[in-house]
Amino acid sequence: MRDWRRDKLAFSVFALPATAWLVVFFTIPLVLIWVYSFADRGPQGQVIVALSLENYQRALEWIHLGIIWKSIWIAAITTVLCLALGFPLAMGIAFAPQRWKNPLLLLVILPFWTNLLIRTYAWIAVLRTRGFLNSGLEWVYDRIDGALGLIGLPDLLGPFQPLELLYNTPAVIIGLVYVNLPFLVLPLYATLEKLDKSYLEASLDLGASQWRTFVSVMTPLALPGIVSGTLLVFILSLGTYLTPDLLGGPDSEMIGNLIARQFGAARDWPFGSALSFLLLYAVFLFLWLRATVATRSKGVGV
Amino acid sequence: MSEVAIPSESVVVRRRRRRRATPLEYGRKRWLQIVLALNFLFLYFPIAALIAFSFNDSRRNVTWQGFTFKYYEKAYNNAGLHEAFLNSMIVAGTSTVVSTLLGTMLGLALYRYRFPGRGPFEGWVHLPIVIPEVCLGVAMLAFFAWADIPLGLFTVTVSHIAFTIPFVAVVVRSRMAGFDESLEEASRDLGANGWQTFWSVTFPYMIPGVVAGALLAFTLSLDDFVITFFTSGPGSTTFPIKIYSMVRFSVTPEVNAASTVLIVLTLTLTVTAMLIQARTGRKIDTHG
Amino acid sequence: MDNPKPIISIRNVTKRFGSVVAVDDACLDIAEGEFFALLGPSGCGKTTLLRMLAGFEHPSEGDILIGGQDMSDVDPNKRPVNMVFQSYAVFPHMSVARNVGYGLRVTGVPAAEIKERVGEALALVKLAGYEERMPTQLSGGQRQRVALARALVKRPKVLLLDEPLSALDAKLREAMQLELVRLQQSVGITFVIVTHDQDEALSMADRIAVMDSGQVRQVAPPAELYEFPNSRFVADFIGKMNLFAGRVAGAADGRVLIEIQGMDRIAVPYGDQARGEIGVAVRPEKIRLAPTPPTDGEIGLRGRVREVAYYGDESHVFLETAAGVITANRPNAARTTTPAVALGDELWASWEPADTLVLTE
Repeated sequence: MRDWRRDKLAFSVFALPATAWLVVFFTIPLVLIWVYSFADRGPQGQVIVALSLENYQRALEWIHLGIIWKSIWIAAITTVLCLALGFPLAMGIAFAPQRWKNPLLLLVILPFWTNLLIRTYAWIAVLRTRGFLNSGLEWVYDRIDGALGLIGLPDLLGPFQPLELLYNTPAVIIGLVYVNLPFLVLPLYATLEKLDKSYLEASLDLGASQWRTFVSVMTPLALPGIVSGTLLVFILSLGTYLTPDLLGGPDSEMIGNLIARQFGAARDWPFGSALSFLLLYAVFLFLWLRATVATRSKGVGV
Repeated sequence: MSEVAIPSESVVVRRRRRRRATPLEYGRKRWLQIVLALNFLFLYFPIAALIAFSFNDSRRNVTWQGFTFKYYEKAYNNAGLHEAFLNSMIVAGTSTVVSTLLGTMLGLALYRYRFPGRGPFEGWVHLPIVIPEVCLGVAMLAFFAWADIPLGLFTVTVSHIAFTIPFVAVVVRSRMAGFDESLEEASRDLGANGWQTFWSVTFPYMIPGVVAGALLAFTLSLDDFVITFFTSGPGSTTFPIKIYSMVRFSVTPEVNAASTVLIVLTLTLTVTAMLIQARTGRKIDTHG
Repeated sequence: MDNPKPIISIRNVTKRFGSVVAVDDACLDIAEGEFFALLGPSGCGKTTLLRMLAGFEHPSEGDILIGGQDMSDVDPNKRPVNMVFQSYAVFPHMSVARNVGYGLRVTGVPAAEIKERVGEALALVKLAGYEERMPTQLSGGQRQRVALARALVKRPKVLLLDEPLSALDAKLREAMQLELVRLQQSVGITFVIVTHDQDEALSMADRIAVMDSGQVRQVAPPAELYEFPNSRFVADFIGKMNLFAGRVAGAADGRVLIEIQGMDRIAVPYGDQARGEIGVAVRPEKIRLAPTPPTDGEIGLRGRVREVAYYGDESHVFLETAAGVITANRPNAARTTTPAVALGDELWASWEPADTLVLTE
C-alpha cells in the first residue's frame, strides 16, 4: 500500500469516477430524504421543507410502533430459525470430506443466484390454497378417507379443508428464512472451516462428550461467525420489503412496506423518509455491533 | 501329527472392520445427514416444484396432467414479457459495463492507496450493500423527483450502477488481497515501467476478480426488484417487475415458464463464470 | 521389553486412508513407565499411530490395547490417555486455570479438588501464578506448559505428545527436552512422543521405534539404534553414515570377507550368515584421518580432500576416494584458526574393523 500523494494523478483517475457516481446517486438521495424527514406534507402530498420532528413523533404512535415491533419480532424469529437450520448445515459442510465441501457449498449458494422475486413467488405456489403443499395434503387425506370407507366408515372426515398457509405471518417468516439462510451459513461455514480441529480433539481427549465439546469449545470458538451471520440475517430481515408484500397478509406488514406505502398510495414522503431513517439508524447500530465483535474477536486469535 | 494348523496369534487377531466414523467426521453422523438433507429439501423444493409445473399440461390443477411446452410458447408470445425481457437486458448490460469499469478502478484504488479518511471511506463504499433496498429505492425516487428527471430506463440504469459499483469494488479488492506485491517490484526491477507492470503483472492477476464482479453486477441488476420498482416508470418495465405484476394475485403456468427461463439463464451464467473464474484463477495462481 | 505387562499393545495395526497405507501391520509393546519415542520422516505414519492411540482414528485392521483393555470401541473421551497437541490446542477463550481444569470439570470432579489439582499441575510445569492469564498473553513455551499441565492433571495412564517441541526455537527446545525427561521421571507416567527429530528422540527416550512408509523398522534403546542399526534405512536416518555397496566373498571364524569396488577386500567381524549383495556402513566420527597409511588391522582408504565444512566444535571432511566420497568428522580440539586439513590434501582414512556395520537389509 502506498501513499496517495506519491501518485495523485493515478489515485484520482482510479477513485474519482466511482466516488462521484456514488456521491450523486447514493449519498445525495439519502441526504435528500433525511432533509425530507423533517419536512411537512402539503395537502396534495407535496413536500414542504421545514424543520419539524412531527414525522418522528408519528412513527412512535401506537399503530406504527406496532408495525415496528412486529418487524423486529419477525426478524428475530427468522434469525433464530436460520441459526437452528444453518448451524448443522454449516457444520455438516465444514466437517464433510474435502472433495464434498465445494459442491455442498455451491448447493447452498445456488438458490441465492436465482431471482429473489421468483424464489418468493415459488413459495406462493407452494403455500397457496391450491398450492403444492395443500394438494399433497389433500392426496394423503383422500387416501385416508378412502381407507376409512373400506373399513365401513365413509365420509367420517368430511371434505378436505385446505389449510390457510399463505398471506399470514408464518408465511412471511418461512419466506425470510428461505431467502436469508445462505447469509448465515456462509460466514458460519467460513469460521468453522478455519477452526483448528485440534481444539475439538483436545476437548474430547480431556474427557468431554461430543455435546459438551459442542457447547464449551465449538460454539464459543465459532462465535464470531455466529454473531456476524445472525446480525446480517437480522438486518436483512428487518429491512425487507418484497417478502411480506408477496407472502404476508394485512396484519403482517413490516417497516419496509410501511415506508413503501408512504411513497406510494399514502403519498406522505416526509413520514416515509422519517421511517426510512429510523430503519437506517437501526441498521447502522447493528452494523456497528457487528464490526465491534469482528475486531474484538481478532484478538482471540482463533 | 505335530503339524496340525495352529493359527499363530497374529492371524487370529487380524480381522477387517467396517470403517467407523472418527470422532470429528460429523458428516458421517446419521442425524446430521438427515438435517442436511432436510435443509436441501427446504432450499430446493419450491424452485424444483415451480420448474416442474411449468411443464404441466394443466392450468388449474396442481396434479400432474402430462408434459407440455405450451406455456413456454405462451410466455414467448406474450408481448409484455418480451418487452420486459429486452428492457432487463438493456439495463443489466449497460449497468454491468459501467459499474464493472468504475467498481474495478475503485477496488484497485482501495487496495493500493493509503489516504486520509480511508476507513470511513471504505465503510461508505460498503453502505449500499448493507442498507435496506427499500430505503435506497425511495431515496432514489425522491431524488429523481427533486431533480426533475422523468422515471424510465435511464433512472433504472443509473440506480443499478450505483448499487452494483460497491459489489464490484469489494470483489476486486478481495481478489487483490491475495496479490503478492513483490511481483510488481520484480517487474519494476526488471525494467518495466508502471504502465507495463500494471498490464502485464497486476491486471492478469485481477481478471478473475473482475469477471466475478461483472457477473455479480449483471445478476444483481437482472434480479433486482425493489429498487427498480421505485425508479421505473411507464415503458421501463423490467422482467422482475413484469413477473411481479403477473404473480401479485394469481399463479399461472406462464409465470412458471417465464421464471424457469430466468432461473436457467442466471444459473447458466453463474456456473459458467464460476468455472471460468476457477480455471483462470488456478492458472494464474500456479503461474504466479 | 521383557516387561510382562505392557501398558500399550499395538497388535498388527494397519491404517488405510483410501488406497494409501499410512500404517502397515505395526506391532509394538510399550512398557509401563517408559519414555517411548516414535521417530521417522514426515509421512511415515507415526502421527497416525499416535492418533489411533488417542482414538481420533480407528485402525483398519488389528487391535490396540491400553492397560490390557481393547480400545476398538472406546471413544477418545473414555480412554485413559491424554495428548499434548502439536499446536498445543490451548483453548483461546479460557484462562490458564480454566484450560487446565477443563478435563476435570467435564468429568464432574468437585470444584475444590479441581482448584487443588490445577494448582499442583501448574506448579509441576512451573506456571504457578499464571492462573488468570489468557493464552494470548503467553509465549509459545508457556502455552506448551499449559497443554502439558492440562493433560497431566487428568493423571492419564499414558501421555501422548505429538511433535511437542517442533514449534519452539532451538535454545528453548533443548531446555524443554531436559525438562520433559525430568517431568516424566517425577510423575512416573508412560510418555509416548512422536518426533521427526532424531536428536530429540535419542536424548529423551528410553526406547525408540523408527518408522518408515508406515512400517516399524527397528525398536531399540537409543545407543543400540545408533551403533547397531538393522537396516540401511535406519543407519542412514539416524545420524550420518558412510554407506558402501559390497559383496560377500566368504566367511571365516566370525568374520565375513567383503569386496567393495575401489577398495581392498576387507574382513569384518559378523556373527550371522551373510551372502550376496550387502551394505557396508561406518560412522563419520569413527574414521580417523592421517597422512600415512593405517597400522595393521585397520581398514584404510586413500583419498583427496574435496571439501571441509566447519561447524565450530568439529569439522566435516569430505574425502574423494576410489570407493566414492566419504565423510570423516574431526573434532577441533585445539584453539587455532589455521585448518589442520586443507583442500587438495592427500590423506588416509582409517577405522577399526569392529566399527564397520554389515547391513543385510
